[in-house]
Amino acid sequence: MTQFLSLLLNGISLGAIYALIALGFVIIFKASEVVSFTHGSLLLLGAYTIARLSDSLGFLPAVLVGVLVTAVAAILVERFIINRLRGAPVISLAIVTIGVDIILLTELIRQIGPDILNVPHPWGGDSVRIGGVGISENRLIAMGVAGVLIIAFFVAFKYSSWGVAMRASAEDGEAAALMGIRQGRVSALAWVVAGVLAAVAALFLVGAPTPGVSAAAYTVALRAFPAAILGGLDSTGGALVGGLLIGITEAMAAGYQDQLSFLGRGFGEVAPYVVMIIVLLVRPSGLFGTKELTRV
Amino acid sequence: MLHITSGRTVLTVDSLQVTYGGAVEAVRGVSMEVPDGAVVAVLGSNGAGKSTLLRTISGTLRLHKGRVDAGSVRFGDLDLTRRDAGQIVRAGVVQVPEGRRIFGRLTVEENLRAGGMGNRDRGAKAKAVARVHDLFPVLRERAAQRAGLLSGGEQQMLAIGRALMASPRLLLLDEPSLGLAPRVIGQIGEVVAEINRQGTAVLLVEQNATMALGVADRAYVLDVGKVSLSGDARELAQTDEVQRLYLGHTGDAPEQRTDRAPLRSLSRWTA
Repeated sequence: MTQFLSLLLNGISLGAIYALIALGFVIIFKASEVVSFTHGSLLLLGAYTIARLSDSLGFLPAVLVGVLVTAVAAILVERFIINRLRGAPVISLAIVTIGVDIILLTELIRQIGPDILNVPHPWGGDSVRIGGVGISENRLIAMGVAGVLIIAFFVAFKYSSWGVAMRASAEDGEAAALMGIRQGRVSALAWVVAGVLAAVAALFLVGAPTPGVSAAAYTVALRAFPAAILGGLDSTGGALVGGLLIGITEAMAAGYQDQLSFLGRGFGEVAPYVVMIIVLLVRPSGLFGTKELTRV
Repeated sequence: MLHITSGRTVLTVDSLQVTYGGAVEAVRGVSMEVPDGAVVAVLGSNGAGKSTLLRTISGTLRLHKGRVDAGSVRFGDLDLTRRDAGQIVRAGVVQVPEGRRIFGRLTVEENLRAGGMGNRDRGAKAKAVARVHDLFPVLRERAAQRAGLLSGGEQQMLAIGRALMASPRLLLLDEPSLGLAPRVIGQIGEVVAEINRQGTAVLLVEQNATMALGVADRAYVLDVGKVSLSGDARELAQTDEVQRLYLGHTGDAPEQRTDRAPLRSLSRWTA
């Protein structure tokens, strides 16, 4: 039972990080009608920047710069590529984002090299025990920060002018344009928010129990894709549920891998994709997705 | 008509030519004017170029891969030709799209909020909300409801109210009667007349000539991208061509001419 609770808690904290990434993925899809595959490399860019600058600037300034750099990179991709291709087929846009992703990723891997860059989180890699259930400090703080950001995001999405403009233009772009809503601005802001969320997720993804920043952080980030897709690509609530579901699945599959050994070792890493496939077989537009939108 | 307050012109369309995809000519040399404080109707069948004309004025032509080849659209002293939709809304020209196009997943209140996005002045926004609630009390009652759950007539009211949130000086209406019951169409006519009385000029594009000519001061008839007839709305309603093509009369029954629908109380909308 303790093991189960421990895995659940760790799964939720991991899931909260995935949810941050998936939320960015979803709002980009809503605002720009692009399935953005650049998200993995943007996240790695954030992690790399934080790791590189921590020694010279100190941890907190490095984090701020890392978040800023990621947000700026996101808006550059939007302004110089996505915005110029407005109206292009969805598939072409998706492929373009894969191209951007590969370019950015290749450069980052070259920079990182074979090393594992350490991010000197002020919180150690120690475990905390909560009533017999163990979790790393990093994951515990991640859960808190992600929780706050997710709540802030949903409040803004529901009540702020940006949220209303965003939902209006996602539903009917032309009608929104007729109301004077500037779609370019809505879309640019969505990329910035997505960039910020990805950088914060990166900060925690490269902390304990993960050893640090390496090219492997990219594959971890990729697991937020099934989270976004199984939740329903156009649903922010779906991104949250999807993220948690993937996080818990992964933690459980890894924790019980002795019992699951008949599936082979390392099942935890593929479990998110298995869950995604099963969910999509039952509900092709994801748990909370709109049918028309996910059909594209 | 009586409420034309000045001899000035708010909107001037001059020899406008628009093509789609570089080939299809939708508007071929149209010129027209909307006097300040007037209601101007544009009649015409499908494909006459009515919607293209409105798209050009509101700056959404690009979204339909259309292009202005020649001519201009001026709003007062401001050249609107090829400006983007946001700038045109801020200048004071707002369009209610054909088929209502309300944001069905947003609440009624959020729809109105979205309509006011182009309106930065808080005072003007508060005034606009009061005006919209005054015109359509039903929108206040249903404020928290999802807009998609409103009836067709109520959705049209919301679409008009949403556009009024930007405090336009000129309101463009694209087929507001489309798909609505005759009784509701009469009410739309009253609303248009009331909005105009409050000082907003209206350009009304319609297939329903009875309603349009009932509220309009002037009217233009478009035929295959060109103005085929224009003039005083009442006089136009008398012509054989309009009687035959748009009012469904045989031409020899002038006593059946359409008059402005009797003004009913707007409080009907609370029902």
